[in-house]
Amino acid sequence: MKQKNKKIDYSKWGYLFILPFFVSFFIFSFIPLVDTIRYSFFEYYRSGIKEVGPNFIGMANYISLLGSDMLKYAGNTLILWIIGFIPQIVIALLLASWFVDARLKIRGTQFFKVVIYLPNLIMASAFAMLFFTMFSTNGPINSILMSLGWISERIDFLGSVFGTRALVGFMNFLMWFGNTTIMLMAAIMGISPDIFEASEIDGCNSVHRFFYITLPLIRPILAYTLITSIIGGLQMFDVPQILTNGQGTPDRTSMTLIMFLNSHLKSRNYGMAGALSVYLFIVSGILCFFVYRMTNDNDPDGSKAAAKRARKQRRK
Amino acid sequence: MRERMPRRMRGGSDAASDADEGKVINIYCWNNEFRERVEEVYPEVKETSKDGTVTTLNDGTEIHWIINPNQDGVYQQKLDEALMNQADASADDKVDIFLTEVDYVNKYTDAEADVAMPLKDLGIDPETDLADQYSFTKVTASDVNGVQRGSTWQCCPGLLVYRRDIAKDVFGTDDPEKVGEKVKDWDTLKATAEELKAKGYFTFSSYADTFRLYGNSIAQSWVSPGETVIRVDQKIMDWVSDSKEWLDAGYFDKNVKGQWNDDWNKAMGSASKVFAFLFPAWGIDFTLKDNWDGGDGTWAVTNPPQEYNWGGSYIHACTGTDNPKHAKDIILALTANKDNLLKISQKYSDFTNTQSGMQEAAVHDKEFSSDFLGGQNAFTYFSPVAESIQIAPLSAYDQGCVELIQNSFSDYFQGQVDFEKAKANFETAIIERYPDITEIQWPE
Repeated sequence: MKQKNKKIDYSKWGYLFILPFFVSFFIFSFIPLVDTIRYSFFEYYRSGIKEVGPNFIGMANYISLLGSDMLKYAGNTLILWIIGFIPQIVIALLLASWFVDARLKIRGTQFFKVVIYLPNLIMASAFAMLFFTMFSTNGPINSILMSLGWISERIDFLGSVFGTRALVGFMNFLMWFGNTTIMLMAAIMGISPDIFEASEIDGCNSVHRFFYITLPLIRPILAYTLITSIIGGLQMFDVPQILTNGQGTPDRTSMTLIMFLNSHLKSRNYGMAGALSVYLFIVSGILCFFVYRMTNDNDPDGSKAAAKRARKQRRK
Repeated sequence: MRERMPRRMRGGSDAASDADEGKVINIYCWNNEFRERVEEVYPEVKETSKDGTVTTLNDGTEIHWIINPNQDGVYQQKLDEALMNQADASADDKVDIFLTEVDYVNKYTDAEADVAMPLKDLGIDPETDLADQYSFTKVTASDVNGVQRGSTWQCCPGLLVYRRDIAKDVFGTDDPEKVGEKVKDWDTLKATAEELKAKGYFTFSSYADTFRLYGNSIAQSWVSPGETVIRVDQKIMDWVSDSKEWLDAGYFDKNVKGQWNDDWNKAMGSASKVFAFLFPAWGIDFTLKDNWDGGDGTWAVTNPPQEYNWGGSYIHACTGTDNPKHAKDIILALTANKDNLLKISQKYSDFTNTQSGMQEAAVHDKEFSSDFLGGQNAFTYFSPVAESIQIAPLSAYDQGCVELIQNSFSDYFQGQVDFEKAKANFETAIIERYPDITEIQWPE
């Protein structure tokens, strides 16, 4: 026993160094999280400057949320996300495979990598402000289209469901395709060049190469991109919030879940907002679980599973 | 670092001597408007720091200006936080004076919440000290029991401001008297709107422009005291049907949706086809003047189709203040002193809260004429409007109701949703904003 105690233990330094993270996580993330969940079971809001509650009401907040338009806003969020995500992933894949393709000899790839990433650096709210001004009925886009003679009457982009949703999707696409491109480039560069060379000797053309080699081999990263994007999409609010002045106009068709949450927070309705957050937390939690499973995959090519199946077969 | 105990303020300040007063007066407001007026007329002001955050008085007391923007309810959030902590705050951190706007004054004058001190407790008798004020401003600042808990220097009767060049083009005259005849009530105005349309002009920029005229003349408040039912007034429904009719008829510019946005600002420019706006004094001086890109003298004022009031900032002494004497002094200097009020009117074109003063201003063209209006004396038109304003009964829910009903029916006006859907959207939105609302009643 004595011998063991005398061994120099460095692990305490390790704990000491990671302590700041855990302390700040505990104070700034964990306590609010627990509080949010706790308040979701209470009636707790402000009427004028008078505080109502907190009164324990059990699951009432959860039930009344199910009866509200929450699912409609979840649908809105999904639609807005898809409109942005599909062009984003397609363009990003295309650009990524072009940029890493040595044979294409594209000049200035570094420059383009920076340029396509730039929209991501602008604050989403500033970006939305810019689009709001550009696409307003008296804005420059309308003026340009008019002077080109393409349209005879000003188009009310933000007054139509399609226009608003398309603009939100377009903005999300612009902001995120550079980010995705760079991630996918890293993934493609991770593929051994031997495979590409071998395929070429076997007579693959570039289309075959893309669909039969590149795509299957970057699947884990693609899935990762998809799921992190869904989680980001669930929390989408800044762009539609600024673009529609927080109203989700027209007819609440661009109201996302977080904007719905925000409108509860206007009356400091911590109970209802808490319950909504818990719903979002559960959905994000499930999605995170998938990401975790995928990134910790110790059997990326399926060979272990195949071996296991084969063993089982043999035992029978 | 003072060691004085916070003074209990309930029940009168008569015992207060100068020695009891705190050294810091914290004033919550949303822009520099109030500070400028205090500097202008409060005789105790010595100097203001360069950044405008601290004003020193002659006796060494400092006024600390705590300014948060009104947009998106930021001001109210910050003020609410401070009021919640009022009881625990140290004497120098307590809110001493705060300002409110008509849209939410009722939230703070609530008797039960008791955050704004009754003026009587400060030693101001509204009956005698504020006798020259317009009586509707006193009603606005009173709680359910009729106890006045705030006072204003401003009175915001609204007028119709029109473009002289357009008037000449369409009516052949730009004389305010003659144009006034053409807009004297809604029926006449509708006929005039048709004339304007024939020449390619819009009467007003949008349906939001006329809202105040209907919305501020409702017969009963949105929510009656002690109830949780929203009663939508018939006047609001009139606004909805009239607005739809006017928009479809082409009397409004359909590209302008609501107020305080870029399209609305541009509608006040020289390239715009909009004939008139409905504005009180501050609207002409701040909003219209800022957005107008031509020379002076193009705009003129005349009587509106219906008397109305739009806006106004109220000064309240906060319960728990350690500076009741200063609060009383400031309120009296800013809202009850006729000379001071006339000074404000001259310098800032405010229509101020003194009946006799405003009557004088109406006839003293020399001192009170406006360059922007081409030498016209707007007070001549403001005064009669102010005297006949019937202020709508207020409730603490007004701000949300006014904002959300306009948003919900915006979709209806633009043809995005039908009438019933717009009503349903308003119900959804209002219950989100005010969780304690249990029912929404629409007029038959």
